[in-house]
Amino acid sequence: MKWALLSDIHANLQALDACMAHARSQGAQRFALLGDLVGYGADPGAVVDRAMALAEQGALLVKGNHDDMAVSPPESNRTVGDSSAAWTHEQLSATQRGFLQALPMTRQEGAMLLVHASADAPGRWRYVYDQQIATLSLDAASEFPEVRYVFGGHVHFQTLYYRGASAGLMKFAPTPGVPVPVPRHRLWLATVGSVGQPRDGNPLAMYAMMDIAKSQLTFHRVAYDQAAAAAAILRTDLPAFFADRLELGR
Amino acid sequence: MKLLESGTLLDGFLVEDCLHSGGMAHIYRVHYAEGARNPGFPMVMKIPRMTAGDGAENIVSFEVEHQIMQVVTGAHVPRFVAAGDLANIPYLVMEYVVGQTLQQRLDQGERLDASEVARLGAAMARAAHSLHKQDIVHLDLKPANVLITPEGKAVLLDFGLSYHAHYPDLLAEELRKAVGSPVWIAPEQVVGVRGDPRSDIFAIGVMLYELATGELPFGNPQTAAGLRQRLWMDPAPPRKLRPDLPEWLQEVVLRCLEPEAARRYSSAAHLAFDLSHPEHITITERGRKTRGTGFRVHFKRWLKAAGMHYQPSPLVSQQLDDVPILMVALPHKDVTDATLYSLRQAVGRSLGLRPGARLACVTVISPSQTSASSNEQSETSVHRRYLNQMRQWTQPLDLSTHQTSYHVLESSDVAQALVRYAEGNQVSVIVMGAATHGLQMQRFVATVPIKVAMEAPCTVILVKQSLPFERLGHTGVESVKDDVPF
Repeated sequence: MKWALLSDIHANLQALDACMAHARSQGAQRFALLGDLVGYGADPGAVVDRAMALAEQGALLVKGNHDDMAVSPPESNRTVGDSSAAWTHEQLSATQRGFLQALPMTRQEGAMLLVHASADAPGRWRYVYDQQIATLSLDAASEFPEVRYVFGGHVHFQTLYYRGASAGLMKFAPTPGVPVPVPRHRLWLATVGSVGQPRDGNPLAMYAMMDIAKSQLTFHRVAYDQAAAAAAILRTDLPAFFADRLELGR
Repeated sequence: MKLLESGTLLDGFLVEDCLHSGGMAHIYRVHYAEGARNPGFPMVMKIPRMTAGDGAENIVSFEVEHQIMQVVTGAHVPRFVAAGDLANIPYLVMEYVVGQTLQQRLDQGERLDASEVARLGAAMARAAHSLHKQDIVHLDLKPANVLITPEGKAVLLDFGLSYHAHYPDLLAEELRKAVGSPVWIAPEQVVGVRGDPRSDIFAIGVMLYELATGELPFGNPQTAAGLRQRLWMDPAPPRKLRPDLPEWLQEVVLRCLEPEAARRYSSAAHLAFDLSHPEHITITERGRKTRGTGFRVHFKRWLKAAGMHYQPSPLVSQQLDDVPILMVALPHKDVTDATLYSLRQAVGRSLGLRPGARLACVTVISPSQTSASSNEQSETSVHRRYLNQMRQWTQPLDLSTHQTSYHVLESSDVAQALVRYAEGNQVSVIVMGAATHGLQMQRFVATVPIKVAMEAPCTVILVKQSLPFERLGHTGVESVKDDVPF
């Protein structure tokens, strides 16, 4: 079974479509969306519709902090995320909001545990950006005896954490397109990167593909129509900065 | 793990006699019970020792070797056939390569002459370079892991401690412990740095030292402090132990054994090049000395080593790309000044970006040009004439940071001679004339550049002739058009 793992789409329809097409061309049989369908981008409604259609076809989804905020936007506009949440809230229909609200915080499927942030306290939206937090997340996940892989997003980077000969977790920066062996007798945690909001200085969309039968995980970078995604943002009331950052990957 | 009985059937493999019983693994000859499945070459099965008393590192080594064997390709590694599951009986089945390990060779105790040592070293360096190009560093090169085939090719064995730049390094430690065999391990490995291809060059240096002198340059240290010695210590010069060794061989061996990786050969291809062309090696004090390094120098280096800091390259192949071997094919007669000028400009540009690059100037002459009977046309005098021509051609280039050598090849097939030379010397880029004008360069008739471009194992830059003063009469329009990017 080949799973396409997509996270942090952030209402970027162009990036989502490009990643889905790429995943299908790579033989993806099932999809998992790891949270933050909306926020920052121009097409929250269309992206949620895509997600609902995928869910009908058996895709697995978990909730992200931006999905949460879009359902009940914060009163104050302290951060760019807050103001984007209020705008997003307005764009969504009641059905779409209901869909987001009903998303689970974690999903287990065989050896995989899906969670947007850290598995030890999913609702605290803790960023898994180093070995310490990754250890907490993996420790929490090991309460599910079957789980060998924890997949998430939230941090917009592609990173693989693993335990080798040493006691502590090690951090690995994958090469896009190279299948990495992830044998099942070890525990692995991967942040799959962001489909619609890359922040590592490279504007290409990110996702990952997990081949369960071969125990191989491949991180991908996909080109998409950034100009169209940026233009769509400029047509809205969202800050122009949201458009600019797509082209910079920042 | 108990020894398997001959005749045991395991996952379709019929186990035969045990060929080797080592500290880490047993090796059996095997074949498929179902004859039709046999791949057409003899096979061995390697089973790691994994009983209660065996360390966890055996398991990790097995995994690492499995990962690398599945993806590594080329003539310098055994072909991979199958692997057993860790949950059941872990094993690796691979090609049984016929040959003699360097260890077996050393055990015979014969004294090798310098040319034989160089031949073995060049074979090892070529094999290591083939791995490095695939982003793999062996990190456990030693005589028992180097097999020399009857044709003189080196095949590298045992990837249990190796590093693959695109895979999580299961052997990496957050506390940075030395992983490797104490006799051959490079100084940077001692402080826990994995992934530098120059670590393999160090290990080859240790083996060359032993092949040349019969002694180990750093002994067989049993303690951490003993291991750390190589961070600052120079071994005794080989010529002190064996005065009849040529200076060039000592130059090469001691360059491989430099404590600082940056002072060694920058790539194994460069090492193979020197060992295949000893006459081109520049001999420095390093090659000439017959006395060990003095206390004062060692003490200074010891202080420096206390805080030594290595900077490994994250991508092995990228590091190799930075230190290519550039080859220029120079026509030696009937050639226009414009062509020679343009070739030199192209070589200068290509070298300019890459401080560690080395340059090989090659010309191909017809075998009929030399004669055994005439003194004037004797091989040496003809060659000397062309070598001097090429030296003059390189005069205007700044070659201070580029090792440069000159080669006259004799062949009636120019393209084939150039391609073979490039293959044999791991050349990364060939620069040659495009010869679009044809007539004036009879040596490079139109088909030669095309043949080379098609058959060469590397990038080929075809240079069109143009002299700067030819352009003086032109309007600027044409050159602007040429400069439009993409």
